[in-house]
Parts: sequence; C-alpha cells; structure tokens
Amino acid sequence: MIDSFRDKIIPVTSILVGIVVVWYVFAVILNTPFQRDLDRRANETPGVVEFIGKTLAQPKPTLPAPHQVAVNFFENTFLRSVTSSRSLVYNAWVTLSSTLLGFAFGTTLGIVIAVGIVHVATLDRSLMPWIIASQTIPILAVAPMIIVVLAAIGITGLIPKALISTYLSFFPVAVGMVKGLRSPEITHLDLMHTYNASRAQTFWKLRVPASVPFLFTSMKVAVAASLVGAIVGELPTGAVAGIGAKLLAGAYYSQTIDIWSALVAGSVVAALLVMVVGIAGRLVDRAMGGRPA
Amino acid sequence: MTGQSPAVVSASKLGLTFQTNDGPVQALTDVDLTIGKGEFVSFIGPSGCGKTTLLRVIADLEKPTSGSISVNGMTPEQAREKRAYGYVFQAAALFPWRSIERNVALPLEIIGLSKAEQVERIKRTLDLVNLSGFEKKYPWQLSGGMQQRASIARALAFDADLLLMDEPFGALDEIVRDHLNKQLLELWERTNKTICFVTHSIPEAVYLSTRIVVMSPRPGRVSDVIESTLPKERPLHIRETPEFLAIAARVRDGLHAGHSYED
Repeated sequence: MIDSFRDKIIPVTSILVGIVVVWYVFAVILNTPFQRDLDRRANETPGVVEFIGKTLAQPKPTLPAPHQVAVNFFENTFLRSVTSSRSLVYNAWVTLSSTLLGFAFGTTLGIVIAVGIVHVATLDRSLMPWIIASQTIPILAVAPMIIVVLAAIGITGLIPKALISTYLSFFPVAVGMVKGLRSPEITHLDLMHTYNASRAQTFWKLRVPASVPFLFTSMKVAVAASLVGAIVGELPTGAVAGIGAKLLAGAYYSQTIDIWSALVAGSVVAALLVMVVGIAGRLVDRAMGGRPA
Repeated sequence: MTGQSPAVVSASKLGLTFQTNDGPVQALTDVDLTIGKGEFVSFIGPSGCGKTTLLRVIADLEKPTSGSISVNGMTPEQAREKRAYGYVFQAAALFPWRSIERNVALPLEIIGLSKAEQVERIKRTLDLVNLSGFEKKYPWQLSGGMQQRASIARALAFDADLLLMDEPFGALDEIVRDHLNKQLLELWERTNKTICFVTHSIPEAVYLSTRIVVMSPRPGRVSDVIESTLPKERPLHIRETPEFLAIAARVRDGLHAGHSYED
C-alpha cells in the first residue's frame, strides 16, 4: 500500500499539479486581451490581483480555468437529472452505448480477420495491405459518408455511429491477434504435430490460449479508438446527444467551459473503459494460471 | 519392410540434406541403424552431428532426403498418425495456461479419450514420474526438474511403446540430472518401453543406455555403436566402477575419432 503510494500516486499527482499550474498561467495569459478590452470599455482600471481574478472568471473564456471546468463538470454530472439532455451522464451514456456496440463489432471483426490471415495464405498477402491502408484514410472524411449512405437506406441512430467505432477498433485487434495466433513457440507446434493434432485442435488448444494476452492488449487500444469513433460519429450527424454533440454545440455557441467539461467527461469514460478491459484481462490471466505480478 | 518386423526403428542409408542460404548442409549421411524393442539407445556427439535431426526424422518432424527409415514397420508419418511414440523436448514445453494435470491431459484430449480414462491415465503417469500431489499446480510453480518430469509424464500419457527424448535433462543442474537419470531408468524398467535418448553427456549416455550410438559432424553420421555390458540394475555409484569407466573411455575415443580437429 505504502509502496504503491510512493511509486504511483506521488509521481502522478505531482505531474497533475504541474499541469494545473501551467493551465492557470495560460488561462491568465490567454484571457488577458479580452479582459483588457472589457475593462477599457467599462473604464475600469483594476489592480493586478483583481485583474487576474477577472481573467479566471469570464463566462466565455478563451481558455477556461481548471476550477471553472471542474464546477461545470460537477454541476452537469451530479446535480442534473440523468435524463436531462444537459446532463453529462446522459450524454456520456449515449456515446458509451455506441462505443460499446462498435467495440463489440470491431473486436469480432478483428478476430475473424486475424483467424483468416493466419490460416489462409492468400488472405495474408491480399488482405493485410488493405487493412493497413484503411487506417490511413482520415476518419473525419469517412464518417459523414457512412452516416449519409446508411441514412439513405434507412439505417440511423446507434448503428452508423457504432460502425465508425468498428472501423477504428477492428484494426488494433486484427493486428494484435495475427501476432497472438502466431505466437506459439516452434516446440509447442512440433508437440501438437507429434500428437497428430488436427488444425482445429491446434487452433483451439494452442493458438487461441496463446493469443489471449495479445487480445487484451489490443482490446485496450481498440476500446479507446472506439470511443474516438463514436465521438467523431456524433459530429456530422447533427446529433442531439452524446459527448460529440456537446462538443459541437459548445463550439457553436462559444461555450468554452462546456467544451472542456465534455472533453473531461470523454477522458473519464476512456480511462474507465481502458481500466475495465485491463481488469478483465488480469482476471482472465489469473484464471489461466498466470503468475501473479 | 514387412509389418511383422521386430525392429522398432530401422534405418538404412538414411540421409538428410538441408537447403540453406549458404548452400546445402548434410545433416545426416548414410545412417544405418536398427533399434529393437525394449532397448535404451543413446545418441551422443558434438553439436551439429545430427543426433537431434535423426530423432526428429524418427518422429516425422523432418523428412529424410535419401535412404529409408521405418518406425514399427511403417513410415514415420504413418507411425506418427498412429501415435506410435511420445516425444520429450529439450525444454519442458508445458502450456503455461494449463495446470500440470491439464498438460498431461492434452494428448489424451487430442486422441479423444473419455474423461474417466483421462483421469485414470493422468494419475498413473504422474505417479510414474513422482509428481502426485502437484496436479493442480501451474508450470511456473514447479522447478525445472519437476517441469521436465511433467513433460515426460505427458509423453508417457498415451502409452506409446517408443519414447523419443531430445536432451531432456540438458538444461538442468547435475544434482537434479542424476536424480532424474535414476528415475528414468526405473521407469524404463517398469514400463519396458523402447527409448531413444539424445545427449551430449558421456556419463549420462553410459549410465542409461543398453547401446550408445556415437555420431560426428560435417557431414552428420554414425561413427561408432557401443553395446553396454553393464547390468540392467544400475545404482548411481556404478559410475565409479572400472567397467563403467571403460565404456565411457570407448565413447570418448569414438567421439575423438569422429571429430575433425583441423578447424
């Protein structure tokens, strides 16, 4: 307990404190021109301390101060009914649901592709370049097309957003699983050969269990990518809800504090998702006889 | 090669040439060898002499490029398909995600034995290698020697009459190795299996074998075959007897004669 305090909490906290300090400094610097403007028009000449206080309390600051974001985040998370469209919990849930659906699709697709690549030599040569190319296309360009095309054939709502998440999340899983399914040592493969094991038996009894650690590592990357996909998917839809919609609305109405607190909400969701996948990975590892770290 | 051949392994003019980027490498040339049922045959020689390759050819893990070889009167491939042998690798090669009993069960699952039969075989083979009580442990919880014993149990599990062992104790310290050598002899006596054993240790080869095949490199070939005159009953201190030392000296001579020291 004391070790984890010394090894993790102190270093992480000191970085956090550093970031907050730098953030305050920049908040003052960036909000100064507008505050000068306001003061000149109102014919006010505040002292230094009063001036700094004012730069940190603007209603639509260029860069909101941490405490403004914190207050906004707190109000919109804990003080609003979760059914309110202004509630961050509600918006996070909207984004989360398409993230999870897209993540499930993406993981499944990634595994299927990896199995194909590992077992069919033609797929290995033909599919891999396309998979890599798919990730070089900017998602921001593809997302509106997916939404529009799917809307034209009557598919709207959760599925189009989830498909954008799928597009981003299948890649790390496919790459990770190709590596994982190929990870068994030669000796283990030779061993299965001496048993005259079928390909299916080698797959289920050797390749699949050997790939599990790779699966969870790539799923951690994939779940974060899914969230990005879901948020991006909410931007061009004119979506009324979701973290992406909050970001867009905040930008429209220069509600900078709202933008930042939506960003914080997104980061919290991302951190929680990665953590959940990490814990699931550790539980599975333990169940598979892994050595406790 | 009639099906009734009493030889477990029979090779004639066996050769294997690997095609590498630096040109062909003759891993085995002109190997003539017959191994009878119940024999304990050691293959000894410096690295590159093809002793492991020969074992892998018997196991159908490599294909010979010339000559012929039969295992139980069949081609190695047919023998492998009939699960004619158990193979013990240099590393224990246990699956880390399986407990010891599940590791031993692996070949039994693959040949499709019933659960009840699996349980019975696991118990019997773990008894044979003195690992009773460690069924639920995972490989990392066991010492290197115990892991190798578990891998021997796994090789014994489907009860093949032929056991192929590729330097199984090579990575273990001498004290553990002595202990396992003794256990292996006891096991061989109890089960009456035919054992092919690759090693680079002269005392190990002499202590264990009924016959020692000395091999030499470039090209890999059999340079001498030495019949052991030691009794079947072999306590560890037999290794200090003049008879033992005489055989060891012959093996050493064979190794020297076959080994070119010009390079």
